[in-house]
Amino acid sequence: MKTSVSAEVVVLLAGLLFALGIVGVIIRKNIVFMLLSVEIMLNASGLAFVAAGSRWGQPDGQVMFVFILAMAAAEVSIGLALILQIYHQHKSLDIDNLKEMNG
Amino acid sequence: MLMDKYLWLIPALPLGGFFILALIGKNMSRTWVATVGAGSICLSALVTFVVGGAFLSGMPENTVYTQTLWTWFEVGEFSAKITLSLDVLSLVFVFVITFIGALIHIYSTAFMEADRDYARFFASMNLFVFSMLVLVLADNLLLMYLGWEGVGLCSYLLIGFWYEQPTNGNAARKAFTVTRIGDAAMAIGLFMVFQQAGTLVVSDIGANASVIWQPNSATVTITALLLLAGGLGKSAQLPLQTWLPDAMAGPSPVSALIHAATMVTAGVYLVARMHTIFALSETARLVVAIIGAATLLLAGLTALTQYDIKRVLAYSTISQIGYMFLALGVGAWTAAVFHFMIHAFFKALLFLAAGAIIESLHHEHNMFKMGGLKDKMPVVFWTFLAGAISLAAVPLISAGFYSKDQILWYSWSADGGSPVLWAVALAGALITATYTTRMMILTFWGESHTHIGHLPGKRMTVPLVVLAVFSVFAGFIELPHNFGHFTLFSDFLHPVLPETAMQENIPSEWLFQLLAALATLGGIFLGYYYYYQQPARIASLRQNGLLVRLYRFWFSGWAFDALYDRMLVRPFVFIARINKSDITDKLYTGISGMTGEMYKLLSRTQSGSLRWYIMGLVVGAILILGIQIML
Amino acid sequence: MEIAFYIAGAVAIVATLMVITRHNPVHALLYLNVSLLAHAMLFYLLGASFAALLEIIIYAGAIMVLFIFVVMLLNLGKETAEQERKWLKLKVWAGPTMLAAILFAEFLALVLSSRQSTYSPAVVSPREVAVSLFREYLIGVELAAMLLMAAVVGAAHIGRHKKLVLHRFLKEEKEREEEKQEEMVL
Repeated sequence: MKTSVSAEVVVLLAGLLFALGIVGVIIRKNIVFMLLSVEIMLNASGLAFVAAGSRWGQPDGQVMFVFILAMAAAEVSIGLALILQIYHQHKSLDIDNLKEMNG
Repeated sequence: MLMDKYLWLIPALPLGGFFILALIGKNMSRTWVATVGAGSICLSALVTFVVGGAFLSGMPENTVYTQTLWTWFEVGEFSAKITLSLDVLSLVFVFVITFIGALIHIYSTAFMEADRDYARFFASMNLFVFSMLVLVLADNLLLMYLGWEGVGLCSYLLIGFWYEQPTNGNAARKAFTVTRIGDAAMAIGLFMVFQQAGTLVVSDIGANASVIWQPNSATVTITALLLLAGGLGKSAQLPLQTWLPDAMAGPSPVSALIHAATMVTAGVYLVARMHTIFALSETARLVVAIIGAATLLLAGLTALTQYDIKRVLAYSTISQIGYMFLALGVGAWTAAVFHFMIHAFFKALLFLAAGAIIESLHHEHNMFKMGGLKDKMPVVFWTFLAGAISLAAVPLISAGFYSKDQILWYSWSADGGSPVLWAVALAGALITATYTTRMMILTFWGESHTHIGHLPGKRMTVPLVVLAVFSVFAGFIELPHNFGHFTLFSDFLHPVLPETAMQENIPSEWLFQLLAALATLGGIFLGYYYYYQQPARIASLRQNGLLVRLYRFWFSGWAFDALYDRMLVRPFVFIARINKSDITDKLYTGISGMTGEMYKLLSRTQSGSLRWYIMGLVVGAILILGIQIML
Repeated sequence: MEIAFYIAGAVAIVATLMVITRHNPVHALLYLNVSLLAHAMLFYLLGASFAALLEIIIYAGAIMVLFIFVVMLLNLGKETAEQERKWLKLKVWAGPTMLAAILFAEFLALVLSSRQSTYSPAVVSPREVAVSLFREYLIGVELAAMLLMAAVVGAAHIGRHKKLVLHRFLKEEKEREEEKQEEMVL
C-alpha cells in the first residue's frame, strides 16, 4: 500500500494534533482528561517520527515509535495509579485543588 | 648485633596504638583500651631499652643509628626524607619519653578509669608520644617540625580534654595560639637555615656550620633567635610563658607527661640540637641565658603566691626550664640535658602525686584546703617528699641537687657565665626551696580540711614509687668535679654536645656548693618558719600594703595576661570590630541579599498549579520557534 | 490512495477535537479511540505496518482499557461532566487556544519555508524494524525494559490502598487548619 503525499503535509498534521493536545492539557480541569491529552501529544510526536522514517526509508522512525509506546505505557500506568491515590486522598480530581507543592 | 633496623618500631608502636584506639576504641572494653593504650608505650619503652643497649655496646664504632624509611617528598634538588636518627642526645630524650611515658600511661589506666572518654584519652596520649618521638628522632628539621606541630596538636587536644567546661576549651586555645607565635618564628628560622645552608639535615648543618656562617654575624644571630623563639613558645619561657599555668586544666597525667616531663622541654632539645648555630653567636647565647635567668626568677616568685597545687607545680616547671635555658645560654649543654632528665623524673612524680591527692580529695585543687595528709596517704607522702627534695635540691641526698648545682656552678664559671647570672640562679634556688616547703607543709602537715575519698590503688602507687627512686638516685651518675669526679652522663653526651668551655681564674667550686646548699636550706627554713612555726607572721605581713600589692602582682603571674590583653587582644578586637562592616563586606552582603531576593522572585513561579507550568512550557516553545524563524 | 490519507487525517483531527471538548469522560475516551485508529491508518498508509499494528494492539487496546478501568473505578459520570461543563467557558479556553494557534502558526511557517517535495513513502517491513531494534538499539530496548519494570513496581506501590500519609510539613499545616476550623466553630 503506497500513497504519495508530501512529507510536509504529514508533519503539519502531526503538528496540528500536537497543538490540539496542548490545548487539551491546558483547558481541562480534570486530571483524567489531562492525561488523555498527553496521550494525544505522544501520538502526534510518534506520527512525526514514523513519517520521517518512511520519508527516508529507514526503520529508525518506527523504532522510536516503539520506544514512545513503551514510555507511554509506563507513564499511563504510573499516572493512573497516582490519579487513584489523589482521588482517595482528596476526594477530587480537580487539578486546581492540588496546589500544595508551591514554592 | 646491629639493632638499627628496629628503630622505626619505637615511634610506630604508639602510632599503631593511636590508630587502633581512634578507629575502634569506642567499641572496645575498658580493659582492652587500657591494654592497647598503655601496652603500646610499654612495648615502645622495651624496644628503646633493647635498641639503646645495642647502641651503647656498639658505641665506639658507630655513634649514630640512622634509618631511612621513605622519601616524604621531593622538590627540585631538595628531598625531605622520613629518616630516623638515634644519637646519644636523642637517646636520652627517647628514654625519658618512653620510660616515663610508660609509667604515666600505667598510672592513667587507673586515674582515668571512671572517665567517659577512656579511649579518646589514650588515643590522644599515644599520638602525643608518637609525635614527641618523631620530634626527637627526626634526622632533619622538617620532620622535626612535623613532630613539633604534632605535639602542639596533642597538647591542645588534651588540655581541652574535658571540653564541656568552656574554661578548659579557652585554656586549650590559649596554649595553641601562644605556642603558635613561637612556631611561626621557628618556621621562618627554618626557611633561613635552608636558604643559607641549602639543607635541613641536622648532621650536615652541624658539620658545615662554621663554613656557612661567619661567627657573630647578623644572619647567624637572627637565625638562632628565630629558632629560639620556637623553643620559647613550646617551653613556656618569657615572654610566651602565659599558656602553661592555664594548661593545668587538663587531666593530671597529661600535665605530668606533656607539661612537665616531655613537650615543654622540646625547646631545650631544639637549642641543644642546634647548638652549633648557637655556638656561633654570642648575642644569641646571651639572650638565651638572660631569658632563662629572668624566667626562673619570675616564675619562682609567682609560684610562691599560688594556692592551686597544680599551678604551683606549673610555675615551678617554668622556673626549672628557665634553669635549663640558663645552662644552655652559658654553654653548659650537658648540664642542661642532665637537668632535663632529672627534672622529668621528679616533676612527673610531683604531678602524678598531686593528681592522686586531688583525686582522693574530690577534685580539690586548693592547698589551703588540704592539710594533714601525711599519715592518711603515706605512700603518696613519701613519694611526694622524694620529688620535693629533688625539686628543692636538698644537698647530697637528692638528684636535683647534683643537676642544679652543676648549672649554678657553670652560670658563673663557664665561658658565657657571669656573677649576675649566678646570683639570679642562687636566688632562684632559695625561692624554689621556699615554695616547695610551703607546698609540702600546706598539703601534708597541719589540720585536715577535706574528707579523703578512696586511696590510690596499686596501678597508681607503683609508678610513683619507681619515679621516686629515680628522683633520688638518678643524680649519682654525674657527680661534681671536686668530689667523686664521676662524669658518666656528660661523657656519654660528648659525642654530640661539646664540653663546656670554662673561664680562667675562678673561685673554688667548694664555695659555690656551700652557697647553693645554704640557699636551699635557707629557703627550707623560710618556708618552715612562716608556714609551720609561726603562721601568725603571715597575717602580720598581710597588713603591709606594699607587700599585699606585690603579692597580688606576683599572684597574677606578673600581670602578663593583663598586659597582653591590653597590648594585643584588645587592639585586635577593636580593629576586627571596625573591619566588621567595611565596604568590601557591603559588596558581599549585597550579593547574598540579591540572591535572596532573586530566590523569592523565582519561588513565586512555583505556584503549584500544573496549568501554569504547562503554559510556561508552551510559551518557551513559542519563543524558541520564534527565534528559529527570525534567524 | 492519497484520498485515503486525507480522510484518515481529517478523522484524526476531528476525533481529537472531540476528545478535548467532551464533558463526559467515557465519550472522550471513545473519541480518543477513534483518533488512535485513524493514527493507525495513517501509519499503514505511510508504509509502517508494524507501527500501525502496535498502535491498535497497545494503544487502542491496552492503554485505553486502563483508562476505562480507572473511569469505572472512580465512577466518573454525570457529576464530572457537569463540573466540566461549568468550567469550559470561552474565556477559559480562548487564551490557551490562542497560544497553541501561535505555536502551530510558527510551526507552519517553519515547515512551509523549507523545500517542498512529494515522495513515495518507502515500505519499512517489521523485519527491518526488528533487526534495527535488536542490533543498533539494543541498549535502548533494555532501558525500555527497565523502565517498564520500574513502572510496574511503582504502579503497584502507589496504587496500594493505605491511610492518608502526608509529608510532615503538610501535616502541620493541616493540623493548623483543623485548629483554625475548630476555633471558628467555637
